[in-house]
Amino acid sequence: METEPKHEQASNKKVIAKLLLTVVAMFGFGFALVPLYDVFCDVTGLNGKTGIQVSSFDSVEADTSREIKVEFLTSLNEYMPWEFKALQDAVKVHPGQPTKVDFLVRNKTDKDMIGQAIPSVAPGIAAKYFQKTECFCFTEQVLKAGEEKVMPVVFIVDPSVSEDVHEITLSYTFFIKPGTEGANRRVKTSSISKALANHTN
Amino acid sequence: MSAVIEEHHDDHHDHKPTGIGRWLFSTNHKDIGTMYLWFSFTMLFVGGALALVIRAELFQPGLQFVEPEFFNQMTTLHGLIMVFGVIMPAFVGLANWMVPMMIGAPDMALPRMNNWSFWLLPGAFGLLIASLVMSIMGMGSAPNFGWTFYAPLSTTYGPDSTDFFIFSVHMMGISSIMGAINIIATIINLRAPGMTYMKMPIFVWTWFITAYLLIAVMPVLAGVVTMMLTDRNFGTSFFNAAGGGDPVLFQHVFWFFGHPEVYIMILPAFGVISQVVPTFARKKIFGYSSMVYATSSIAFLSFIVWAHHMFTTGMPVATELFFMYATMLIAVPTGVKVFNWVSTMWKGSLTFETPMLFAIGFIFMFSIGGFTGLMLAIVPADFQYHDTYFVVAHFHYVLVTGALYSIFAAVYFWLPKWTGNMYDEKLGKIHFWSSTISVNLLFFPMHFVGLAGMPRRIPDYNMQFTEFNQWASVGAFVFGFCQLILLYNVVKTIRGRKTVKATDQVWEGAEGLEWTLPSPAPFHSFTTPPVVK
Repeated sequence: METEPKHEQASNKKVIAKLLLTVVAMFGFGFALVPLYDVFCDVTGLNGKTGIQVSSFDSVEADTSREIKVEFLTSLNEYMPWEFKALQDAVKVHPGQPTKVDFLVRNKTDKDMIGQAIPSVAPGIAAKYFQKTECFCFTEQVLKAGEEKVMPVVFIVDPSVSEDVHEITLSYTFFIKPGTEGANRRVKTSSISKALANHTN
Repeated sequence: MSAVIEEHHDDHHDHKPTGIGRWLFSTNHKDIGTMYLWFSFTMLFVGGALALVIRAELFQPGLQFVEPEFFNQMTTLHGLIMVFGVIMPAFVGLANWMVPMMIGAPDMALPRMNNWSFWLLPGAFGLLIASLVMSIMGMGSAPNFGWTFYAPLSTTYGPDSTDFFIFSVHMMGISSIMGAINIIATIINLRAPGMTYMKMPIFVWTWFITAYLLIAVMPVLAGVVTMMLTDRNFGTSFFNAAGGGDPVLFQHVFWFFGHPEVYIMILPAFGVISQVVPTFARKKIFGYSSMVYATSSIAFLSFIVWAHHMFTTGMPVATELFFMYATMLIAVPTGVKVFNWVSTMWKGSLTFETPMLFAIGFIFMFSIGGFTGLMLAIVPADFQYHDTYFVVAHFHYVLVTGALYSIFAAVYFWLPKWTGNMYDEKLGKIHFWSSTISVNLLFFPMHFVGLAGMPRRIPDYNMQFTEFNQWASVGAFVFGFCQLILLYNVVKTIRGRKTVKATDQVWEGAEGLEWTLPSPAPFHSFTTPPVVK
């Protein structure tokens, strides 16, 4: 509008500048939710995210009055052609007692591959009391064609874990390292229906 | 504009640009509002056609007409088109038409940006619908992951057309953000002398608050689709567990946008109802300032309830309780609004012209949707209702008989002002009653099948749900075709043959600046601002 008074155009500019700034800030906030979410999960144990690696266990008395059953679950992500299992299905431990469990992994292909295991602990309220000094999940696993490997996990259940916890499930999923050969970031839907069809046959 | 400088000495004689250029290069708030409304109306029929494919398939258990893969594309595109292509553009169109006229402004504050906001939309939806056309032609799937596009369905498993979808959402987002900036700038800077904030019509107030919501959450939507884009194409792992990401994070970011989004779709509806009800009750709105505060509190609360969409993802009990109580708290300001509308009607001289019928229909049926929302807010109950047809019934009551009904009310209410002609009242009433009966036949049985456990987004169902689904499908087809009555009525009113000329005030009880303008509203209005006492 040519008839628009000057001060009005100036205040338009001010409003636009402020609002655009808000837009940029909120776009940034969307991305800030990613680290915020991780922090939130670490604090609450949400989604069974286990705490960071501890270098050594504090010398705590094992609480022999309680016994917790720790179960192990292993699974492979789609298209991960390895074999992966825990050598024991479950162990009974006293809170505060360091325990070692072995897992077996075998690259069944004729290619060298890199895999990564992602842990998850259920129930969520137990996750942050489940501490590991040694775990194959901390590093990428490089396996040559046909190679087999026994991998240990050393863990302790913090005695301060809630009295209500009687069973803890530690689950690992092995993935092909993203970006390496065979890692299907985008799976064709047709291949899914094919896989489903094969499954039901 | 022509090179010859014409003198604008006469407001009543409009100097409109002619031909297609009038629309392509328009900076006029009324023309842009009209384009938004026609765009929305067109998309209503597109999205409605997809819904009818869904209902046709669901008429019987088993697979009849479409493959499950195609059914998924139907539910996805139906949702996306209805949310982003119908409800939102319709309200932006109403804001474009009405906000300047209601606050005594000559136009929107940023007319050129206004043009751009609109013209991004056909591009965005062209892209989205192109993916469907390609799917029908057998060139890969259209987006098939639901309108909520949860990862990993949309990342790892998304069809190639997902990238079309992402770009389309980016464009819609830019369009909405620009529209919102424009509305805020208009309301802050272009109010007529004497039009203080607390004198603004409620419709203007609700849009003012909605525009802030848009500014706050559309960038988060842009952020989440950008994360999808980089996850899909550039090797990041925001939502990919193998790379250290988390698919549940997607749901948090999405619903941080998604919940305020549902209020973006309903607050302007509250505004429309708050204009229509006082007019036909011939009374001032009851509790003006409580309406304003209620709207603001709903807007604030909408930011802290998002996780009620994800109760079943596994959250600590304390978190679930927080989101449950915060959600239930929204019922308080919403209740204030419903109370105020009813009190406005109380002892009023009521007449029941079509806009009023749709407004009362809105109040009644939106409240049903509100109550089912409260049921869904209860954590343990939600574990049963989650992802069933009960949820579908709930959000269709608030979006169809809520948001869409308010748009119908607004169109009938202001159409005489826009065109200068009265619409056909008899056809309007037929439209209302046929729609209301059929829409309840369509959505009410969904409550029952949902409570009995019929899952949503599945093309097949258990035998026991057959009868209710058949009712719903019959209701859907009747409701769908009833909308042609509205189309016919609108076209008839615009053409103006065999219609009654509208007066300037149009409705006996109408109050506000827009009713002081001639009918039809001149191309340029309030070039000298009116003074509001």
